[in-house]
Amino acid sequence: MAKKIALLQGNEACAYGALYAGCRFFGGYPITPSTEVAEVMAKELPKNGGKFIQMEDEIAAIASVLGASLTGAKALTASSGPGISLKQELIGYACIAEIPCVIVNVMRGGPSTGMPTGPSQSDIMQARWGTHGDHAAIAVAPASCQEIFSETVRAFNLAETYRMPVQVLLDEINGHMRERIELPEPGDLEIIDRQTPPVSPDQYLPYDPSFGDIPPLAAFGSGYRFHVTGLNKAADGFPTTKAKLVDAEERRQLRKVEANRELIEKNEEHMIEDAEIVIVAIGTISRSARNAVNQLREQGMKVGLFRPITLWPFPERRIAELAGQAKAMIIPEMNLGQMILEVERIVKGACDLHGIGRVDGEPITPSQIMEKIKEVC
Amino acid sequence: MSFDYDKYLRPGKLPHIWCPGCGHGIILKGLLRAIDACELNKDNTAIVSGIGCASRLPGYVDFNTLHTAHGRAAAFATGIKMAKPEMNVLVVGGDGDGVAIGGNHFIHACRRNIDMTYVICNNFIYGMTGGQFSPCTPTGDRASTTPYGNPDPVFDISQLAIGAGATFVARSTSFHAAQIDKLIAEGIRHKGMAVIEILDDCPTTYGRRNKFRSVVDMMKRFKEQAVPVAKAEKMSKEELDSKIVTGILHREERPEYCEQYAQVVKTARSL
Amino acid sequence: MSTRYEIRFSGAGGQGLITAGIILAEAASIVEDQYAVQSQSYGPEARGGASKSEVIISDSPIDYPKATLVDACLALTQEAADKYADTIKPGGLLLLDTDFVKKPPAGDFKIYRFPIINTAKKDIGRAIVANVVALGAMVALTGIIKRESGEKAVLSRVPEAFVELNKKAYNAGFERVKALLDGQA
Repeated sequence: MAKKIALLQGNEACAYGALYAGCRFFGGYPITPSTEVAEVMAKELPKNGGKFIQMEDEIAAIASVLGASLTGAKALTASSGPGISLKQELIGYACIAEIPCVIVNVMRGGPSTGMPTGPSQSDIMQARWGTHGDHAAIAVAPASCQEIFSETVRAFNLAETYRMPVQVLLDEINGHMRERIELPEPGDLEIIDRQTPPVSPDQYLPYDPSFGDIPPLAAFGSGYRFHVTGLNKAADGFPTTKAKLVDAEERRQLRKVEANRELIEKNEEHMIEDAEIVIVAIGTISRSARNAVNQLREQGMKVGLFRPITLWPFPERRIAELAGQAKAMIIPEMNLGQMILEVERIVKGACDLHGIGRVDGEPITPSQIMEKIKEVC
Repeated sequence: MSFDYDKYLRPGKLPHIWCPGCGHGIILKGLLRAIDACELNKDNTAIVSGIGCASRLPGYVDFNTLHTAHGRAAAFATGIKMAKPEMNVLVVGGDGDGVAIGGNHFIHACRRNIDMTYVICNNFIYGMTGGQFSPCTPTGDRASTTPYGNPDPVFDISQLAIGAGATFVARSTSFHAAQIDKLIAEGIRHKGMAVIEILDDCPTTYGRRNKFRSVVDMMKRFKEQAVPVAKAEKMSKEELDSKIVTGILHREERPEYCEQYAQVVKTARSL
Repeated sequence: MSTRYEIRFSGAGGQGLITAGIILAEAASIVEDQYAVQSQSYGPEARGGASKSEVIISDSPIDYPKATLVDACLALTQEAADKYADTIKPGGLLLLDTDFVKKPPAGDFKIYRFPIINTAKKDIGRAIVANVVALGAMVALTGIIKRESGEKAVLSRVPEAFVELNKKAYNAGFERVKALLDGQA
């Protein structure tokens, strides 16, 4: 059967991806350029038994999402710029209490109100380190509308698998552009549901390490009565300040991602085999880079593109390998030098690094990348 | 016959963190008696709190309990109730948690008239952090951050809740232990947002800075100042000036939020 | 080698140019089996002032989603014509509204003109369909999609009561440009 084809905005594709993944709750607050995600959810969720609520502020939006998730619902919120800054408090709560949820960040210029309608990739480091305290982070950065759909599905799978918040990073360009997408039929994409406790309520501990690093999460109202807190807690969910327990819990939470990097990481490589110059780019700007690679290849230059689709955890092993092969790496990003810091940390001087930063509200163009490569290589 | 509190307390979680003379324990007992009177099923009941001394209450009781971040209890609770309207949702917390940092969530939960029972323990102070003034600290009083007397006007939590749209609002004090459970039970039975404000003591961080020589003195003032609603209606504004009006202050019928959303679902599905 | 083709609709906010771009992208990617990306500038200028909507059409997946050098540009206002003329590819196409762009910009492109807005207003009877007239005109000018594909995409978006009006508008735009091109040949 022919696939259903649609022309969808990135933000719309994100919302439909969430619905495909089984999202049944959206708590939001209006903010440009992410609002279309909420608008689609407001329209679609009530049709399929889900709930949409527009809360009184950004913090309340994620709070409602975490409350809903604790009842067993797959839950989503979406925001941008200052809205994501406000949500950091409860992103930390989702980390420590290990509550699955997906947070869409349609990145816009900043800091503060910045440029609400301008594209940006300046939340790269915030997505990793935004909330206070040590914590693991997973963030995906799709490039096309098709991929926004499928990566939103994967974000839910990751959130439910690793029992933690997962961020989907879009930007004003791929959030708002419309593109042809093939809508997957049920069954085409893998859907992962939350692991429920294999033990009876009287034996259940919400953070029981005997299940491994990712203990199953029971739903409120399902007969498993347990306690959830934002304080450091022991396996039973109750607060503790015992050094050994706190340390073990903190390390376990980081290990959820560290020990599963291979399963979480996802990259795309384009013309990389013999590349002497490797462009590392994400999201919309990876599309500029691909265009530049194709044009430069025609001119005989050995250029390739490495595109992290999972931005966090950052693809350390592969970047290190590529640094051994390449003479130089080019890092174009719509900020003034964030991802390049991470590349630099991994490459440790093994090859030259050149950043291209842009924060004037316009995307980095293919010709800008080509000029830079010709200038430095 | 004495009430069996152990039925609802989590084994091994006591003693609680509250200081001797603190009124939170009285409220905890009232809450459990109310839950019992309403025959709420433990599995189907969530108790949500924010941060502060009163917000530690959920940890001691055997329900689905959620100790959230400072001020955010009402917003988390809204998510629970929306996602699973069949659950009974109760919120407990203090004055600073509820109407300072959580003020926005509090008034909007009232406005929506979502079906939950919010027990707010108003002890006029931030106790856990050592006695800083809250929006409910009486003007002129001493707190660690008002060493020269509190210049701030006071929030009347019950009036705030009424103004914001809560459809059941009641007030009592920790002296009136026998009234607390009845008001909370009424709140639980009420369909919609119920706010029960309990004026409460903090002898450690409020009492000792404000010339209360003992917990008994603090309790005495609640006893002396309390005026039941029916009596208060016959008193002048001046006469009520230093009084605490207790009982059910406000009750009305208005569509509940989850029921309203059920209408949205109906409309969406009929198109 | 891909056949990347870039089209820009420009004018003032409220002229329906974003919708025109979306319809063109739908025609290319849903009615026909091409690849298309549509984007627009948001911001204060989306409410009055200059407005633009860009569509890129290709036979293969599209990488860079924004216009670089456009193959064909529509300008319904003098301001838009002046602002975007120099982003047209050498030898590219520029379609102007005769009444609202009194001073056609100079450059290495072919200019075509007809009273687009007044065609909608006077010939069709509704100024609101000027964007559909413009769409028909751009389809005729560029030949990037089939005439029927554009019409199908237009009609799939309008309620039953407005089908005839939009059909007329689309075809009026198409015919006006076709006549210009025929006259040239």
